[in-house]
Amino acid sequence: MTETIIKLEDVWKIYKMGEVEVPALRGLDLKIKRGEFVAVQGASGSGKSTALNAIGCLDVPTKGKVFLEGRDISKLPESELAQIRGKKIGFIFQQFNLINTLTALENVTLPMIFQNIPSEERMKKAKELLEMVELGDRMDHKPTELSGGQQQRVAIARSLSNVPEVILADEPTGNLDSKTGETVIKFLGRLHKEKKTTIIMVTHDAGLAHHAQRIEFLKDGAIIKSKKRK
Amino acid sequence: MIKDYFVFSIRNLRNRGLRSWLTMIGIIIGIAAVVSLIGIGQGLKVAISSQFGDIGTDKLAVMASGGMGPPGTGVVTPLTKDNVDKIEQVNGVKNAVGRLTRSGKLEYNDNVAFGMAASMAEGEDRKLIEEALNLEAGEGRLLRDGDSKKTVLGSNLGEENAGFGKQIVVGSKVFIQDEAFEVIGFLEKQGSFLVDNIVLVEEDDLREILDIPDDEYDIIAVQVSPNADMKAVQENIEKVMRKERGVKKGEEDFTVQTPQAILAQVNSTLFAVQLFVYIIAAISIIVGGIGIMNTMFTSVLERTKEIGIMKSIGATNNTIFSLFFIESGLIGSIGGIIGAVIGISVAMGLAFVGRMVLGSDLIQADISVWLVFGSIFGSFLLGSIFGVIPAINASKLNPVDALRHTK
Ligand SMILES: Nc1ncnc2c1ncn2[C@@H]1O[C@H](COP(=O)(O)OP(=O)(O)OP(=O)(O)O)[C@@H](O)[C@H]1O
Ligand SMILES: [Mg+2]
Repeated sequence: MTETIIKLEDVWKIYKMGEVEVPALRGLDLKIKRGEFVAVQGASGSGKSTALNAIGCLDVPTKGKVFLEGRDISKLPESELAQIRGKKIGFIFQQFNLINTLTALENVTLPMIFQNIPSEERMKKAKELLEMVELGDRMDHKPTELSGGQQQRVAIARSLSNVPEVILADEPTGNLDSKTGETVIKFLGRLHKEKKTTIIMVTHDAGLAHHAQRIEFLKDGAIIKSKKRK
Repeated sequence: MIKDYFVFSIRNLRNRGLRSWLTMIGIIIGIAAVVSLIGIGQGLKVAISSQFGDIGTDKLAVMASGGMGPPGTGVVTPLTKDNVDKIEQVNGVKNAVGRLTRSGKLEYNDNVAFGMAASMAEGEDRKLIEEALNLEAGEGRLLRDGDSKKTVLGSNLGEENAGFGKQIVVGSKVFIQDEAFEVIGFLEKQGSFLVDNIVLVEEDDLREILDIPDDEYDIIAVQVSPNADMKAVQENIEKVMRKERGVKKGEEDFTVQTPQAILAQVNSTLFAVQLFVYIIAAISIIVGGIGIMNTMFTSVLERTKEIGIMKSIGATNNTIFSLFFIESGLIGSIGGIIGAVIGISVAMGLAFVGRMVLGSDLIQADISVWLVFGSIFGSFLLGSIFGVIPAINASKLNPVDALRHTK
């Protein structure tokens, strides 16, 4: 029924370490529909981050095809990949990855600067987003002046600034205690419900994975099992 | 968007604080040296060449020397009337005329300017000086015998914006060393700083207002006979003068030179000094450029993770390149601006000290707008050029690898 937004077809990623070849992805197939909330679960080194990077246009696969909204992005040049990242993808990382010299507000406006959004508009948008993640009173704080959970909420706000098609979250709670982690997941859940944003979340925590509608199990660079929640 | 990049770059420079300033030192020193040297050098050249330059090819100039500085500064044994008479008798000399050139105060409309006051000689000798200095009346007339308390001014002094608030015209009454004079003419413009700013009065008047002893001269202008050998005449004069002033060969307290030789010597000394400072400036600018490059490489390394983050949220390679390129250009420009300000201050300071020490008002720093903007633009270019490679390195980073960077 619903349109497929992401499709991975026999995706391989092979890292060359001198003579040795390390296959991180081995023929990965995956389909994600618009508006879905999917968790990717798997042991450390199973290729979760590698897969997410391929979907997020951060990296190109060695072999295979990655479709985003029906368009094969696996062989695009870096300039176009950057455009796609800026417009259609919102990243949330385990280490928050905020820029420490910029305030929370500036961090949230940065993706909009790269998209040439006029200054007034982006300030307004950034404030709205920070209020949404309940950080309206922390806008002028630098990341180092914020707790881990607060930093990750800034990162969520930043990921939403250009109204992305897909949110890619790589262990978003990995650096947080379980209680803080829950609040962060709560925001992702709300996002999914209220804004119908497609979310792919990597985690090795089975408890967190259950917030998603579907869980894909990854092992040695391929999907071994898929589980749907009602 | 470019504006945001500038803000971003300035922020980064500020964050690095002291290190940013240290990076700029090479540029600052280099640009300061260039600006001050060109400024003061230009001023010196104008002053010196105008003072010695305009005497004509069949003429020699005898000057007192031994101390430092141009004539009229009181550090040398002055030439005498007797010297003039003796030189006139030297074989091959057609005519010899003593001249006075002193710095003096010119006042008009309650405004004061300092310039060179020069004497005109009486009778036949007048022509020699007129010829030697190429004097021609642009307005009014030149001085004649009996023109006591009258003066002829260089063309610059008759200009509308000569700095007196009111234009001096033929017939104006001016004060030279607080003594009233009537302006009877202006000289044709020559493009020589000295002649265009000169104040010409009769020799007796100049002696009176400046209290110069009757016997004293600053320069003896010598007209050589048409068929005489310049070199031989010069040597003969030297011989006579040594005897006259009681000095041994090699210890002369005077010089006999053709104007061209003087100018060439001054220019070559000035050139040597300039060359030396230029080399130092060039070295420090290049070192400064390499310093910028090094800082930018370090910056790229330190901000690898940041670059990864920016790429992950949509920064293109061009964006990253621009950010670093602007930053290095900024380092260059800011260094250049500071260097130019220091350079201007040094040039003006040196000119001031020069005026104090030599007592001559001719030494002025001559700093053009072109010099200032040229050097600032040059340092911007320098920063940019040395920033290109680090900026390319930054832009080419693979986003995933950059993100994995620990810092
Ligand atoms: N840049 C690289 N160079 C070489 N090998 C790499 C590189 N990146 C990943 N790998 C390898 O690829 C495999 C998959 O890595 P990936 O980071 O995708 O795992 P992961 O599932 O995200 O693990 P974790 O849960 O620990 O984050 C690992 O064996 C890893 O060593
Ligand atoms: Mg991972």
